[in-house]
Amino acid sequence: MKYPLRSIITSCLLLLLPALALAESAEDKGLRIATESDKMNSAWSDQTADLVMILRNKQGDEARREIRSRSLEVEGDGDKSMSIFDTPADVKGTAFLSFTHALKPDDQWLYLPALKRVKRISSRNKSGPFMGSEFAYEDLTSQEIEKYSYKWLKDESLDGQDTYVIESYPAYTHSGYTRLISWIHKGHLRPLKIEFYDRKNSLLKTLTQHDYKEYLPGIFRADRFEMINHQTGKSTTLNWDNYAFKTGLSSRDFDKNSLKRAR
Amino acid sequence: MVTLISHQLAFAAEWSGNITAEARYFFEDALHHRQHRSAFSLSAQPEFYHEWDNRYQSLTFVPFIRWDEHDDERSHFDIRELTWLKAARDWELRVGIRKVFWGVTESQHLVDIINQTDLVESPDGEEKLGQPMINFAWIQDWGTLDLFILPGFRERTFAGFEGRPRSNPVIDADRSIYASPREDKHIDLALRWSHSIGNWDIGISHFSGTSRDPDLQVGLNQQNQPVLIPLYQTIDQTSLDLQLVTEDWLWKLEALSRQGQNGGRYFAFSGGFEYTLVGIFESDADLGLITEYHFDDRKDFAPTPFNQDLMLGARLAMNDVQSSEALAGIIIDTDDHSKMFSIEASRRIGDSWKIMLEGRTITDTPSKSPLHGMRKDDYVQLELGYYF
Repeated sequence: MKYPLRSIITSCLLLLLPALALAESAEDKGLRIATESDKMNSAWSDQTADLVMILRNKQGDEARREIRSRSLEVEGDGDKSMSIFDTPADVKGTAFLSFTHALKPDDQWLYLPALKRVKRISSRNKSGPFMGSEFAYEDLTSQEIEKYSYKWLKDESLDGQDTYVIESYPAYTHSGYTRLISWIHKGHLRPLKIEFYDRKNSLLKTLTQHDYKEYLPGIFRADRFEMINHQTGKSTTLNWDNYAFKTGLSSRDFDKNSLKRAR
Repeated sequence: MVTLISHQLAFAAEWSGNITAEARYFFEDALHHRQHRSAFSLSAQPEFYHEWDNRYQSLTFVPFIRWDEHDDERSHFDIRELTWLKAARDWELRVGIRKVFWGVTESQHLVDIINQTDLVESPDGEEKLGQPMINFAWIQDWGTLDLFILPGFRERTFAGFEGRPRSNPVIDADRSIYASPREDKHIDLALRWSHSIGNWDIGISHFSGTSRDPDLQVGLNQQNQPVLIPLYQTIDQTSLDLQLVTEDWLWKLEALSRQGQNGGRYFAFSGGFEYTLVGIFESDADLGLITEYHFDDRKDFAPTPFNQDLMLGARLAMNDVQSSEALAGIIIDTDDHSKMFSIEASRRIGDSWKIMLEGRTITDTPSKSPLHGMRKDDYVQLELGYYF
């Protein structure tokens, strides 16, 4: 895997900085790494991808869901995204539009094709499961810096890759988590692994992200997400395919009119 | 390779749809001896979709057919959709037969007026007939302005002589009459502005044309038996639909002022809230509590049961792999104390099947209530659908 000059410079700066600023607290360092990660993962403009979700119960029975996703990067606010469901067949054509915001609640609408109805969705339900999977809505919406506070715990080698281990605490009152522990790759600054701790502070889920590829300079995406729920024994695999960036989408492709004709 | 993929996408054409079997059981003998205690029915709704021009143009075709064991009026065919769509940056044009939904409340769809109700499909009035239209949407920063030109009026469907539930006496739709001399050839018009501003969704609409809600007049059929005859008035209706979302709350209001139905002008509104309890009993399930109030200033003279009514409901979403959900509600007429209970529940089976349960009962209807004719028609219905 090769890294662009920019990320090498970033990494060098990140390595040098602790020496320059000995007084930096673990909280400051956590925030700095999160900020660098966010900065590096910007200027992708828009993104489209196909997603296959495999839901597995404790007995290993599988169910398959196919979704197309479109996202638009918004300067100074959370991203806009649209998910269009292709299977199972009874929800085909259902589409979900979301405007994420850093501090105020997200705006969400659901289009129900049988009724031709756009329904506003209460934004409270971020901790609920997405499509019956082990992913909560809050796991899949855009990760804005302001949504968490941070603390650097340690540097660690994870499967032979150098990582920063960072603890983050959701700012959102109704988050399903007390804290997350993330293993951030020192090169591309994307998470390799995240542990989710529930409201009672017990380990709930572990997410691992596999097969990162660089799609635009500095923009890395994992092809496969594995989420395991330790408390129920259920798991969900997300297989991402056909990533495309800077496809020319605009905010007009993320409004209620486009939601109604999403398909 | 990329060219090959986009080439395939550019000519994407696909079939989907469903085939559904339905069984209904009525708890009591009907008011008329020709009606039945049970009914079996089959329906199919395939859908053809074809898009090109990088998704900016599409063609959709959705025919619908139902066969009913007893009711000749319920056995029917309709084109739900046959539309060409052209989308551009600032506008969208749709020409053909379509369904359009306006509104926000759950227990009544007061301002929804573009399509006629396919009442034989479901007594809840949520099923609609395809409406021919030209619809131009102008999309600007200040909202979306929709213009509808609606040629070809569709008459409401009503259960036939052997059908159930139905009014008593039966409605003879073949004898429908119109206030307009142009009858069902009158070209109706509608204009709507809608916008989302922060937590608010707002729509203001005006409709001018043939009322979708017929007045029912007592008359005689060709055999000199008493029947109800639908009378379609020409109306002007201005309406508002408004929704506010805060974290756990959805606040909803629909209101209209209509001129021309039974001569004068009347005002009606439906409003209320839905409060969501997230993750009840430490599960993944959400419970929504719904309260809505309906008011119609024609009061006892309103041809609708929703004249001064309170609706209380609960929606349970299990958020499981099978998308199990249930909606139960009661509508109480605060004036004449008649009550309507309903429950709807559904669950997916495997990837392609879905099972749906529905039940309705009506109690305490005084003889002047529009629901009185259905007082013996409490039923439970089971549907099994195959989706492809």
